[in-house]
Amino acid sequence: MSYDMWIILTGALVGAACGIIGTFLVLRKMAMIADAISHTVLLGIVGAFLVSQTLEGPFMLIGAVITGLLTTFFIQVLDSSGVQTDAAIGVVFTALFSVGVILVSLFARNVHLDVDHVLMGDITFIPFHTIEWNGMTLGPKAFWLIAVVLVIDIVFITVMYKELKITSFDPAMAFALGLPVTALHYLFMSMVSITTVASFDSVGAILVVAMLIVPPSTAYLLTDRLLFMILYSAAIGAASAVIGYYIAQWLNVSIAGSMASTTGILFLLAFLFAPQHGIIAKRLARRLSVTES
Amino acid sequence: MKTAVNVEKITVAYKKTPVLQDVTFSIPEGQLVGIIGPNGAGKSTLLKSILQLVPKTAGDVSIKGKTVQQQRKLIGYVPQRGDVDWDFPTNALDVVLMGRYGHIGWFKRPKKKDKEHALSCLDKVGMKAYADRQISQLSGGQQQRVFLARALAQDASIYFMDEPFAGVDAATERAIIALLNELKKQGKTVLVVHHDLQTAEEYFDWLLLLNKHLIASGPVSKTFTTDLLQKTYGGKLAFLSSS
Ligand SMILES: Nc1ncnc2c1ncn2[C@@H]1O[C@H](COP(=O)(O)OP(=O)(O)OP(=O)(O)O)[C@@H](O)[C@H]1O
Ligand SMILES: [Mg+2]
Repeated sequence: MSYDMWIILTGALVGAACGIIGTFLVLRKMAMIADAISHTVLLGIVGAFLVSQTLEGPFMLIGAVITGLLTTFFIQVLDSSGVQTDAAIGVVFTALFSVGVILVSLFARNVHLDVDHVLMGDITFIPFHTIEWNGMTLGPKAFWLIAVVLVIDIVFITVMYKELKITSFDPAMAFALGLPVTALHYLFMSMVSITTVASFDSVGAILVVAMLIVPPSTAYLLTDRLLFMILYSAAIGAASAVIGYYIAQWLNVSIAGSMASTTGILFLLAFLFAPQHGIIAKRLARRLSVTES
Repeated sequence: MKTAVNVEKITVAYKKTPVLQDVTFSIPEGQLVGIIGPNGAGKSTLLKSILQLVPKTAGDVSIKGKTVQQQRKLIGYVPQRGDVDWDFPTNALDVVLMGRYGHIGWFKRPKKKDKEHALSCLDKVGMKAYADRQISQLSGGQQQRVFLARALAQDASIYFMDEPFAGVDAATERAIIALLNELKKQGKTVLVVHHDLQTAEEYFDWLLLLNKHLIASGPVSKTFTTDLLQKTYGGKLAFLSSS
Protein backbone atom coordinates (compact mmCIF):
# COMPACT_ATOMS: atom_id res chain seq x y z
CA MET A 1 0.00 0.00 0.00
CA SER A 2 1.17 3.52 -0.70
CA TYR A 3 2.36 5.86 2.03
CA ASP A 4 -0.60 8.11 1.44
CA MET A 5 -3.02 5.26 1.85
CA TRP A 6 -1.52 4.29 5.23
CA ILE A 7 -1.72 7.85 6.45
CA ILE A 8 -5.34 8.20 5.38
CA LEU A 9 -6.31 4.86 6.87
CA THR A 10 -4.61 5.61 10.16
CA GLY A 11 -6.25 9.01 10.33
CA ALA A 12 -9.67 7.53 9.61
CA LEU A 13 -9.28 4.97 12.40
CA VAL A 14 -8.23 7.73 14.79
CA GLY A 15 -11.32 9.71 13.79
CA ALA A 16 -13.60 6.71 14.27
CA ALA A 17 -12.13 5.63 17.63
CA CYS A 18 -12.20 9.16 19.03
CA GLY A 19 -15.71 9.69 17.68
CA ILE A 20 -17.02 6.60 19.43
CA ILE A 21 -15.42 7.22 22.81
CA GLY A 22 -16.00 10.96 22.55
CA THR A 23 -19.77 10.47 22.31
CA PHE A 24 -19.90 9.43 25.94
CA LEU A 25 -17.46 12.16 26.96
CA VAL A 26 -19.81 14.74 25.50
CA LEU A 27 -22.92 13.18 27.02
CA ARG A 28 -21.24 12.99 30.43
CA LYS A 29 -20.21 16.63 30.05
CA MET A 30 -16.56 15.77 30.49
CA ALA A 31 -14.92 17.61 27.61
CA MET A 32 -12.52 19.41 29.93
CA ILE A 33 -11.46 16.22 31.68
CA ALA A 34 -10.66 14.80 28.25
CA ASP A 35 -8.46 17.81 27.61
CA ALA A 36 -6.66 17.20 30.89
CA ILE A 37 -6.13 13.51 30.17
CA SER A 38 -4.88 14.15 26.65
CA HIS A 39 -2.02 16.10 28.23
CA THR A 40 -1.30 14.15 31.39
CA VAL A 41 -0.86 10.89 29.49
CA LEU A 42 2.44 12.37 28.38
CA LEU A 43 3.60 11.47 31.87
CA GLY A 44 2.39 7.93 31.29
CA ILE A 45 4.28 7.64 28.05
CA VAL A 46 7.53 8.86 29.60
CA GLY A 47 6.96 6.64 32.62
CA ALA A 48 6.41 3.64 30.40
CA PHE A 49 9.56 4.50 28.46
CA LEU A 50 11.66 4.83 31.60
CA VAL A 51 10.46 1.48 32.88
CA SER A 52 10.59 -0.51 29.65
CA GLN A 53 13.17 1.47 27.61
CA THR A 54 10.96 1.11 24.56
CA LEU A 55 8.12 2.95 22.94
CA GLU A 56 6.25 -0.22 22.09
CA GLY A 57 2.47 0.04 21.93
CA PRO A 58 1.49 -2.16 24.88
CA PHE A 59 3.75 -0.28 27.31
CA MET A 60 2.44 3.05 26.12
CA LEU A 61 -1.13 1.88 26.59
CA ILE A 62 -0.46 0.67 30.12
CA GLY A 63 1.29 3.93 31.00
CA ALA A 64 -1.63 5.86 29.54
CA VAL A 65 -4.20 3.92 31.51
CA ILE A 66 -2.30 4.48 34.76
CA THR A 67 -1.94 8.23 34.29
CA GLY A 68 -5.49 8.54 32.95
CA LEU A 69 -6.80 6.89 36.10
CA LEU A 70 -4.56 9.00 38.32
CA THR A 71 -5.78 12.15 36.62
CA THR A 72 -9.42 11.13 37.08
CA PHE A 73 -8.77 10.13 40.67
CA PHE A 74 -6.97 13.35 41.67
CA ILE A 75 -9.63 15.51 40.05
CA GLN A 76 -12.27 13.51 41.91
CA VAL A 77 -10.46 13.93 45.22
CA LEU A 78 -10.03 17.71 44.86
CA ASP A 79 -13.58 18.06 43.60
CA SER A 80 -15.14 16.21 46.50
CA SER A 81 -13.06 18.10 49.04
CA GLY A 82 -14.57 21.38 47.94
CA VAL A 83 -12.39 22.71 45.08
CA GLN A 84 -14.36 23.98 42.07
CA THR A 85 -14.42 21.38 39.32
CA ASP A 86 -12.77 23.50 36.65
CA ALA A 87 -10.04 24.59 39.08
CA ALA A 88 -9.49 20.97 40.13
CA ILE A 89 -9.06 19.99 36.48
CA GLY A 90 -6.66 22.87 35.90
CA VAL A 91 -4.51 22.04 38.90
CA VAL A 92 -4.22 18.31 38.21
CA PHE A 93 -3.75 18.80 34.49
CA THR A 94 -0.87 21.26 34.78
CA ALA A 95 0.80 19.45 37.69
CA LEU A 96 0.98 16.05 36.00
CA PHE A 97 1.72 17.47 32.59
CA SER A 98 4.62 19.57 33.83
CA VAL A 99 6.15 16.55 35.56
CA GLY A 100 5.87 14.78 32.22
CA VAL A 101 7.58 17.62 30.38
CA ILE A 102 10.44 17.67 32.91
CA LEU A 103 10.93 13.92 32.70
CA VAL A 104 11.04 14.05 28.92
CA SER A 105 13.69 16.76 28.96
CA LEU A 106 15.72 14.90 31.61
CA PHE A 107 15.69 11.34 30.45
CA ALA A 108 14.18 10.89 27.09
CA ARG A 109 15.99 13.50 25.06
CA ASN A 110 17.64 11.07 22.72
CA VAL A 111 14.70 9.02 21.74
CA HIS A 112 11.97 9.67 19.31
CA LEU A 113 9.89 11.36 21.99
CA ASP A 114 10.19 15.05 21.90
CA VAL A 115 7.49 17.19 23.41
CA ASP A 116 6.65 18.72 20.07
CA HIS A 117 5.90 15.36 18.64
CA VAL A 118 3.57 14.41 21.46
CA LEU A 119 1.83 17.74 21.42
CA MET A 120 1.44 18.16 17.70
CA GLY A 121 1.66 14.63 16.37
CA ASP A 122 3.18 13.93 13.00
CA ILE A 123 1.15 11.69 10.82
CA THR A 124 3.50 12.24 7.86
CA PHE A 125 6.15 10.00 9.42
CA ILE A 126 3.81 7.23 10.42
CA PRO A 127 4.58 5.00 7.42
CA PHE A 128 8.31 4.86 8.28
CA HIS A 129 7.86 3.06 11.59
CA THR A 130 6.59 -0.31 10.54
CA ILE A 131 5.99 -3.67 12.14
CA GLU A 132 7.97 -6.57 10.70
CA TRP A 133 6.92 -10.14 11.09
CA ASN A 134 8.86 -13.07 9.60
CA GLY A 135 10.55 -10.65 7.27
CA MET A 136 7.26 -9.27 6.05
CA THR A 137 6.30 -5.65 6.53
CA LEU A 138 2.85 -5.50 8.06
CA GLY A 139 2.40 -1.76 7.88
CA PRO A 140 2.92 1.17 10.24
CA LYS A 141 2.98 0.62 14.00
CA ALA A 142 0.72 3.60 14.52
CA PHE A 143 -1.86 2.01 12.28
CA TRP A 144 -1.88 -1.25 14.21
CA LEU A 145 -1.94 0.51 17.54
CA ILE A 146 -5.05 2.52 16.72
CA ALA A 147 -6.63 -0.49 14.99
CA VAL A 148 -6.26 -2.58 18.15
CA VAL A 149 -7.55 0.25 20.31
CA LEU A 150 -10.52 0.80 18.00
CA VAL A 151 -11.44 -2.86 18.33
CA ILE A 152 -11.14 -2.62 22.13
CA ASP A 153 -13.34 0.47 22.11
CA ILE A 154 -15.99 -1.18 19.97
CA VAL A 155 -16.04 -4.30 22.13
CA PHE A 156 -16.23 -2.16 25.27
CA ILE A 157 -19.13 -0.05 23.99
CA THR A 158 -21.01 -3.05 22.65
CA VAL A 159 -20.71 -5.08 25.81
CA MET A 160 -21.36 -2.20 28.21
CA TYR A 161 -23.88 -0.33 26.09
CA LYS A 162 -26.77 -0.27 28.48
CA GLU A 163 -24.57 0.25 31.54
CA LEU A 164 -22.83 3.22 29.89
CA LYS A 165 -26.14 4.60 28.78
CA ILE A 166 -27.78 4.60 32.18
CA THR A 167 -24.71 5.82 34.07
CA SER A 168 -24.48 8.72 31.62
CA PHE A 169 -28.16 9.61 31.68
CA ASP A 170 -29.01 9.05 35.32
CA PRO A 171 -26.10 8.03 37.56
CA ALA A 172 -28.27 8.19 40.69
CA MET A 173 -30.72 5.71 39.24
CA ALA A 174 -27.85 3.51 38.06
CA PHE A 175 -26.45 3.51 41.57
CA ALA A 176 -29.85 2.79 43.09
CA LEU A 177 -30.07 -0.22 40.78
CA GLY A 178 -26.81 -1.47 42.24
CA LEU A 179 -24.49 -0.74 39.30
CA PRO A 180 -20.86 0.01 40.24
CA VAL A 181 -21.05 3.56 38.90
CA THR A 182 -17.59 4.60 40.06
CA ALA A 183 -15.85 1.51 38.72
CA LEU A 184 -17.56 2.02 35.37
CA HIS A 185 -16.44 5.63 35.37
CA TYR A 186 -12.81 4.61 35.84
CA LEU A 187 -13.09 1.90 33.23
CA PHE A 188 -14.47 4.43 30.81
CA MET A 189 -11.65 6.86 31.59
CA SER A 190 -9.17 4.05 30.84
CA MET A 191 -10.74 3.73 27.41
CA VAL A 192 -10.42 7.47 26.92
CA SER A 193 -6.75 7.24 27.90
CA ILE A 194 -5.76 4.44 25.55
CA THR A 195 -7.70 6.01 22.70
CA THR A 196 -5.91 9.29 23.32
CA VAL A 197 -2.46 7.71 23.34
CA ALA A 198 -3.11 5.66 20.26
CA SER A 199 -4.12 8.87 18.48
CA PHE A 200 -1.03 10.84 19.48
CA ASP A 201 1.15 9.84 16.57
CA SER A 202 -1.47 11.09 14.20
CA VAL A 203 -2.87 14.24 15.71
CA GLY A 204 -0.96 14.95 18.93
CA ALA A 205 -2.22 15.87 22.38
CA ILE A 206 -3.69 19.24 21.55
CA LEU A 207 -5.75 18.28 18.55
CA VAL A 208 -6.89 14.90 19.82
CA VAL A 209 -9.37 16.84 21.93
CA ALA A 210 -10.91 18.19 18.75
CA MET A 211 -11.31 14.64 17.47
CA LEU A 212 -12.83 13.54 20.80
CA ILE A 213 -15.30 16.38 21.22
CA VAL A 214 -16.26 17.94 17.90
CA PRO A 215 -17.54 14.93 15.89
CA PRO A 216 -19.83 13.78 18.75
CA SER A 217 -21.13 17.33 19.12
CA THR A 218 -21.86 17.35 15.40
CA ALA A 219 -23.59 13.98 15.60
CA TYR A 220 -25.63 15.25 18.54
CA LEU A 221 -27.18 17.84 16.24
CA LEU A 222 -28.12 15.20 13.69
CA THR A 223 -29.97 12.58 15.71
CA ASP A 224 -32.03 11.94 18.82
CA ARG A 225 -30.92 8.34 19.27
CA LEU A 226 -27.83 7.31 21.20
CA LEU A 227 -26.87 4.46 18.89
CA PHE A 228 -27.04 6.72 15.84
CA MET A 229 -25.12 9.41 17.63
CA ILE A 230 -22.27 6.94 18.14
CA LEU A 231 -22.35 5.74 14.54
CA TYR A 232 -22.61 9.22 13.02
CA SER A 233 -19.87 10.46 15.30
CA ALA A 234 -17.52 7.67 14.21
CA ALA A 235 -18.33 8.35 10.54
CA ILE A 236 -17.88 12.09 10.93
CA GLY A 237 -14.57 11.59 12.74
CA ALA A 238 -13.27 9.29 10.01
CA ALA A 239 -14.52 11.60 7.25
CA SER A 240 -12.86 14.60 8.93
CA ALA A 241 -9.55 12.76 8.89
CA VAL A 242 -9.80 11.84 5.22
CA ILE A 243 -11.09 15.20 4.03
CA GLY A 244 -8.55 16.96 6.27
CA TYR A 245 -5.74 14.97 4.70
CA TYR A 246 -6.66 16.03 1.18
CA ILE A 247 -7.11 19.65 2.20
CA ALA A 248 -3.66 19.56 3.77
CA GLN A 249 -2.16 18.16 0.57
CA TRP A 250 -3.91 20.74 -1.51
CA LEU A 251 -2.98 23.75 0.62
CA ASN A 252 0.33 22.28 1.79
CA VAL A 253 -0.42 22.77 5.50
CA SER A 254 -0.20 20.66 8.67
CA ILE A 255 -2.17 17.45 8.29
CA ALA A 256 -3.19 17.25 11.95
CA GLY A 257 -4.28 20.87 11.95
CA SER A 258 -6.23 20.36 8.79
CA MET A 259 -8.02 17.28 10.18
CA ALA A 260 -9.01 19.15 13.31
CA SER A 261 -10.21 22.14 11.29
CA THR A 262 -12.32 19.84 9.18
CA THR A 263 -14.14 18.59 12.28
CA GLY A 264 -14.91 22.24 12.96
CA ILE A 265 -16.18 22.87 9.43
CA LEU A 266 -18.45 19.81 9.57
CA PHE A 267 -19.74 20.99 12.93
CA LEU A 268 -20.51 24.41 11.51
CA LEU A 269 -22.40 22.83 8.60
CA ALA A 270 -24.49 20.74 10.99
CA PHE A 271 -25.01 23.73 13.25
CA LEU A 272 -26.45 25.68 10.33
CA PHE A 273 -28.19 23.02 8.27
CA ALA A 274 -29.10 20.10 10.56
CA PRO A 275 -32.66 19.07 9.73
CA GLN A 276 -34.10 19.57 13.23
CA HIS A 277 -31.51 21.11 15.49
CA GLY A 278 -29.75 23.39 12.98
CA ILE A 279 -30.42 27.07 13.45
CA ILE A 280 -31.86 27.52 9.97
CA ALA A 281 -34.38 24.73 10.54
CA LYS A 282 -35.22 26.24 13.92
CA ARG A 283 -35.73 29.70 12.42
CA LEU A 284 -37.94 28.27 9.68
CA ALA A 285 -39.99 26.33 12.20
CA ARG A 286 -40.47 29.47 14.25
CA ARG A 287 -41.51 31.49 11.22
CA LEU A 288 -43.95 28.78 10.16
CA SER A 289 -45.54 28.65 13.57
CA VAL A 290 -45.80 32.43 13.60
CA THR A 291 -47.52 32.62 10.20
CA GLU A 292 -49.82 29.75 11.10
CA SER A 293 -51.12 31.36 14.24
CA MET B 1 -47.68 -5.47 60.47
CA LYS B 2 -44.25 -6.03 59.00
CA THR B 3 -41.80 -3.18 58.73
CA ALA B 4 -40.94 -1.97 55.22
CA VAL B 5 -38.36 0.66 56.04
CA ASN B 6 -36.50 1.09 59.27
CA VAL B 7 -34.27 4.12 59.79
CA GLU B 8 -32.11 4.33 62.92
CA LYS B 9 -30.54 7.61 63.97
CA ILE B 10 -29.27 8.75 60.62
CA THR B 11 -27.28 11.94 60.38
CA VAL B 12 -26.20 13.41 57.06
CA ALA B 13 -23.89 16.34 56.47
CA TYR B 14 -22.78 18.04 53.29
CA LYS B 15 -19.37 19.53 53.89
CA LYS B 16 -19.67 19.44 57.69
CA THR B 17 -23.00 21.29 58.07
CA PRO B 18 -25.52 18.66 59.14
CA VAL B 19 -28.74 18.73 57.11
CA LEU B 20 -30.38 15.75 58.80
CA GLN B 21 -29.87 14.98 62.46
CA ASP B 22 -30.67 11.85 64.36
CA VAL B 23 -33.62 10.82 62.25
CA THR B 24 -35.30 7.65 63.43
CA PHE B 25 -38.55 6.13 62.19
CA SER B 26 -40.03 2.95 60.86
CA ILE B 27 -42.74 2.45 58.31
CA PRO B 28 -45.05 -0.53 58.09
CA GLU B 29 -45.61 -2.31 54.80
CA GLY B 30 -48.42 -1.38 52.45
CA GLN B 31 -48.59 2.29 53.36
CA LEU B 32 -48.74 5.36 51.20
CA VAL B 33 -46.39 7.70 53.00
CA GLY B 34 -46.08 11.46 52.56
CA ILE B 35 -42.78 13.12 53.45
CA ILE B 36 -43.53 16.71 54.34
CA GLY B 37 -41.41 19.67 55.28
CA PRO B 38 -40.32 23.11 54.08
CA ASN B 39 -37.74 23.70 51.31
CA GLY B 40 -34.31 22.67 52.46
CA ALA B 41 -35.75 20.46 55.22
CA GLY B 42 -33.72 17.54 53.94
CA LYS B 43 -36.47 15.54 52.26
CA SER B 44 -34.49 14.73 49.13
CA THR B 45 -31.43 14.14 51.28
CA LEU B 46 -33.38 11.65 53.38
CA LEU B 47 -34.34 9.63 50.31
CA LYS B 48 -30.84 9.80 48.90
CA SER B 49 -29.24 8.70 52.14
CA ILE B 50 -31.63 5.78 52.49
CA LEU B 51 -30.64 4.70 48.98
CA GLN B 52 -26.96 5.37 49.78
CA LEU B 53 -26.69 8.01 47.06
CA VAL B 54 -25.17 10.35 49.63
CA PRO B 55 -23.00 9.12 52.50
CA LYS B 56 -24.35 9.10 56.03
CA THR B 57 -22.28 10.38 58.93
CA ALA B 58 -24.03 7.95 61.22
CA GLY B 59 -27.00 5.65 61.40
CA ASP B 60 -28.53 2.53 59.91
CA VAL B 61 -31.15 1.74 57.35
CA SER B 62 -32.86 -1.54 56.76
CA ILE B 63 -35.38 -2.53 54.12
CA LYS B 64 -37.61 -5.41 55.15
CA GLY B 65 -35.07 -6.45 57.71
CA LYS B 66 -32.05 -6.55 55.37
CA THR B 67 -29.50 -4.02 54.17
CA VAL B 68 -30.23 -1.75 51.23
CA GLN B 69 -27.44 -3.48 49.32
CA GLN B 70 -29.20 -6.82 49.67
CA GLN B 71 -32.56 -5.39 48.69
CA ARG B 72 -31.67 -3.31 45.61
CA LYS B 73 -34.10 -5.25 43.46
CA LEU B 74 -36.98 -4.39 45.79
CA ILE B 75 -36.35 -0.67 45.63
CA GLY B 76 -37.67 1.76 43.04
CA TYR B 77 -36.51 5.36 42.93
CA VAL B 78 -38.02 8.35 41.17
CA PRO B 79 -35.56 11.26 41.41
CA GLN B 80 -36.56 14.90 41.30
CA ARG B 81 -37.15 15.71 37.64
CA GLY B 82 -34.34 18.26 37.50
CA ASP B 83 -31.76 15.62 38.44
CA VAL B 84 -31.21 14.26 34.93
CA ASP B 85 -30.23 15.62 31.53
CA TRP B 86 -33.43 15.75 29.47
CA ASP B 87 -31.43 16.59 26.35
CA PHE B 88 -29.92 13.11 26.40
CA PRO B 89 -30.42 11.45 23.00
CA THR B 90 -33.02 8.87 23.91
CA ASN B 91 -36.79 8.39 23.79
CA ALA B 92 -39.50 7.75 26.36
CA LEU B 93 -39.57 3.99 25.86
CA ASP B 94 -35.80 3.75 26.34
CA VAL B 95 -36.00 5.62 29.62
CA VAL B 96 -38.71 3.28 30.87
CA LEU B 97 -36.63 0.31 29.76
CA MET B 98 -33.89 1.50 32.10
CA GLY B 99 -36.23 0.42 34.88
CA ARG B 100 -35.73 -3.15 33.66
CA TYR B 101 -31.93 -3.04 33.74
CA GLY B 102 -31.78 -4.44 37.26
CA HIS B 103 -33.73 -7.50 36.09
CA ILE B 104 -31.96 -7.93 32.77
CA GLY B 105 -28.51 -8.33 34.30
CA TRP B 106 -25.05 -7.42 33.12
CA PHE B 107 -24.12 -7.23 29.44
CA LYS B 108 -27.46 -8.53 28.22
CA ARG B 109 -29.79 -6.69 25.91
CA PRO B 110 -33.41 -5.90 26.77
CA LYS B 111 -35.60 -8.60 25.25
CA LYS B 112 -38.93 -8.31 23.53
CA LYS B 113 -40.77 -9.07 26.74
CA ASP B 114 -38.90 -6.25 28.51
CA LYS B 115 -40.00 -3.87 25.77
CA GLU B 116 -43.58 -5.05 26.04
CA HIS B 117 -43.47 -4.63 29.79
CA ALA B 118 -42.05 -1.11 29.40
CA LEU B 119 -44.78 -0.26 26.89
CA SER B 120 -47.48 -1.47 29.26
CA CYS B 121 -45.99 0.72 32.00
CA LEU B 122 -46.10 3.71 29.65
CA ASP B 123 -49.69 2.79 28.95
CA LYS B 124 -50.54 2.82 32.65
CA VAL B 125 -49.41 6.43 32.93
CA GLY B 126 -51.20 7.36 29.70
CA MET B 127 -48.01 7.86 27.71
CA LYS B 128 -48.05 4.96 25.27
CA ALA B 129 -48.57 7.30 22.32
CA TYR B 130 -45.32 9.06 23.20
CA ALA B 131 -43.09 5.99 23.35
CA ASP B 132 -40.93 7.14 20.43
CA ARG B 133 -40.80 10.77 21.44
CA GLN B 134 -37.37 12.24 22.20
CA ILE B 135 -37.50 13.04 25.92
CA SER B 136 -36.65 16.74 25.55
CA GLN B 137 -39.79 17.11 23.44
CA LEU B 138 -42.04 16.09 26.32
CA SER B 139 -43.69 18.58 28.63
CA GLY B 140 -42.68 18.68 32.29
CA GLY B 141 -45.73 16.69 33.35
CA GLN B 142 -45.11 14.12 30.63
CA GLN B 143 -41.49 13.74 31.72
CA GLN B 144 -42.73 13.13 35.24
CA ARG B 145 -45.05 10.42 33.95
CA VAL B 146 -42.20 8.77 32.08
CA PHE B 147 -40.22 8.68 35.32
CA LEU B 148 -43.16 7.10 37.02
CA ALA B 149 -43.51 4.51 34.27
CA ARG B 150 -39.83 3.70 34.71
CA ALA B 151 -40.40 3.11 38.41
CA LEU B 152 -43.34 0.83 37.60
CA ALA B 153 -41.16 -1.09 35.18
CA GLN B 154 -38.79 -1.85 38.04
CA ASP B 155 -41.45 -4.02 39.69
CA ALA B 156 -40.18 -2.90 43.06
CA SER B 157 -41.96 -3.43 46.34
CA ILE B 158 -40.86 -0.21 48.00
CA TYR B 159 -40.89 3.03 46.05
CA PHE B 160 -39.17 6.29 46.88
CA MET B 161 -40.49 9.22 44.88
CA ASP B 162 -39.11 12.73 45.06
CA GLU B 163 -41.85 15.24 44.27
CA PRO B 164 -43.66 13.27 41.56
CA PHE B 165 -46.36 15.96 41.54
CA ALA B 166 -44.04 18.86 40.82
CA GLY B 167 -45.18 20.71 37.71
CA VAL B 168 -48.05 18.37 36.77
CA ASP B 169 -51.62 19.49 36.22
CA ALA B 170 -54.49 18.52 38.49
CA ALA B 171 -55.70 15.74 36.20
CA THR B 172 -52.25 14.14 36.05
CA GLU B 173 -51.91 14.44 39.80
CA ARG B 174 -55.18 12.52 40.24
CA ALA B 175 -54.02 9.89 37.77
CA ILE B 176 -50.72 9.47 39.62
CA ILE B 177 -52.43 9.20 42.98
CA ALA B 178 -54.79 6.55 41.59
CA LEU B 179 -51.75 4.65 40.38
CA LEU B 180 -50.04 4.89 43.76
CA ASN B 181 -53.19 3.58 45.42
CA GLU B 182 -53.12 0.66 43.04
CA LEU B 183 -49.54 -0.09 44.06
CA LYS B 184 -50.64 0.06 47.67
CA LYS B 185 -53.39 -2.46 46.98
CA GLN B 186 -50.73 -4.83 45.70
CA GLY B 187 -49.11 -4.58 49.11
CA LYS B 188 -46.34 -2.20 48.05
CA THR B 189 -45.03 0.64 50.14
CA VAL B 190 -44.69 4.08 48.57
CA LEU B 191 -42.84 7.03 50.07
CA VAL B 192 -43.59 10.33 48.38
CA VAL B 193 -42.05 13.74 48.97
CA HIS B 194 -45.00 16.10 48.86
CA HIS B 195 -45.41 19.85 49.18
CA ASP B 196 -49.11 20.47 49.18
CA LEU B 197 -50.60 20.47 52.67
CA GLN B 198 -54.08 20.89 51.15
CA THR B 199 -54.05 17.38 49.78
CA ALA B 200 -51.70 15.62 52.17
CA GLU B 201 -54.41 14.41 54.50
CA GLU B 202 -56.51 13.03 51.67
CA TYR B 203 -53.68 11.30 49.79
CA PHE B 204 -51.65 9.56 52.44
CA ASP B 205 -52.01 6.95 55.17
CA TRP B 206 -48.88 7.91 56.98
CA LEU B 207 -46.86 11.09 57.30
CA LEU B 208 -43.24 11.87 58.00
CA LEU B 209 -42.88 15.45 59.14
CA LEU B 210 -39.33 16.58 58.65
CA ASN B 211 -37.32 19.67 59.26
CA LYS B 212 -33.70 18.71 59.72
CA HIS B 213 -34.96 16.64 62.65
CA LEU B 214 -37.85 14.27 62.51
CA ILE B 215 -40.86 16.12 63.89
CA ALA B 216 -43.25 13.21 63.70
CA SER B 217 -43.87 9.88 62.01
CA GLY B 218 -47.19 8.12 62.20
CA PRO B 219 -50.67 7.57 60.77
CA VAL B 220 -52.22 10.70 59.27
CA SER B 221 -54.86 10.88 61.98
CA LYS B 222 -52.15 11.32 64.60
CA THR B 223 -49.67 13.45 62.66
CA PHE B 224 -51.75 15.84 60.59
CA THR B 225 -52.34 18.23 63.46
CA THR B 226 -51.96 21.99 63.57
CA ASP B 227 -49.56 21.61 66.40
CA LEU B 228 -47.12 19.32 64.60
CA LEU B 229 -47.43 21.19 61.30
CA GLN B 230 -46.67 24.44 63.08
CA LYS B 231 -43.62 22.78 64.53
CA THR B 232 -42.53 21.55 61.10
CA TYR B 233 -42.98 24.82 59.26
CA GLY B 234 -42.87 27.30 62.15
CA GLY B 235 -39.29 26.48 63.07
CA LYS B 236 -38.23 27.59 59.65
CA LEU B 237 -40.16 30.84 59.86
CA ALA B 238 -38.62 31.65 63.21
CA PHE B 239 -35.22 30.91 61.73
CA LEU B 240 -35.91 33.29 58.85
CA SER B 241 -37.02 36.15 61.05
CA SER B 242 -34.10 35.78 63.42
CA SER B 243 -31.51 36.03 60.64
N1 LIG C 1 -25.06 18.40 47.09
C1 LIG C 1 -25.22 19.25 48.12
N2 LIG C 1 -24.14 19.90 48.64
C2 LIG C 1 -24.28 20.74 49.68
N3 LIG C 1 -25.44 21.02 50.28
C3 LIG C 1 -26.54 20.41 49.83
C4 LIG C 1 -26.49 19.50 48.71
N4 LIG C 1 -27.74 19.05 48.48
C5 LIG C 1 -28.53 19.65 49.38
N5 LIG C 1 -27.83 20.46 50.20
C6 LIG C 1 -28.37 21.24 51.33
O1 LIG C 1 -28.99 20.35 52.21
C7 LIG C 1 -30.20 20.87 52.69
C8 LIG C 1 -31.33 19.92 52.43
O2 LIG C 1 -31.51 19.80 51.03
P1 LIG C 1 -32.61 18.86 50.38
O3 LIG C 1 -32.43 18.94 48.92
O4 LIG C 1 -32.57 17.55 51.02
O5 LIG C 1 -33.95 19.62 50.80
P2 LIG C 1 -35.44 19.33 50.37
O6 LIG C 1 -36.19 19.15 51.63
O7 LIG C 1 -35.51 18.24 49.38
O8 LIG C 1 -35.84 20.71 49.71
P3 LIG C 1 -36.80 21.03 48.46
O9 LIG C 1 -38.18 21.07 49.02
O10 LIG C 1 -36.37 22.41 48.06
O11 LIG C 1 -36.58 20.01 47.41
C9 LIG C 1 -30.39 22.23 52.04
O12 LIG C 1 -30.01 23.22 52.99
C10 LIG C 1 -29.44 22.21 50.88
O13 LIG C 1 -28.91 23.49 50.68
MG1 LIG D 1 -35.96 18.08 47.35
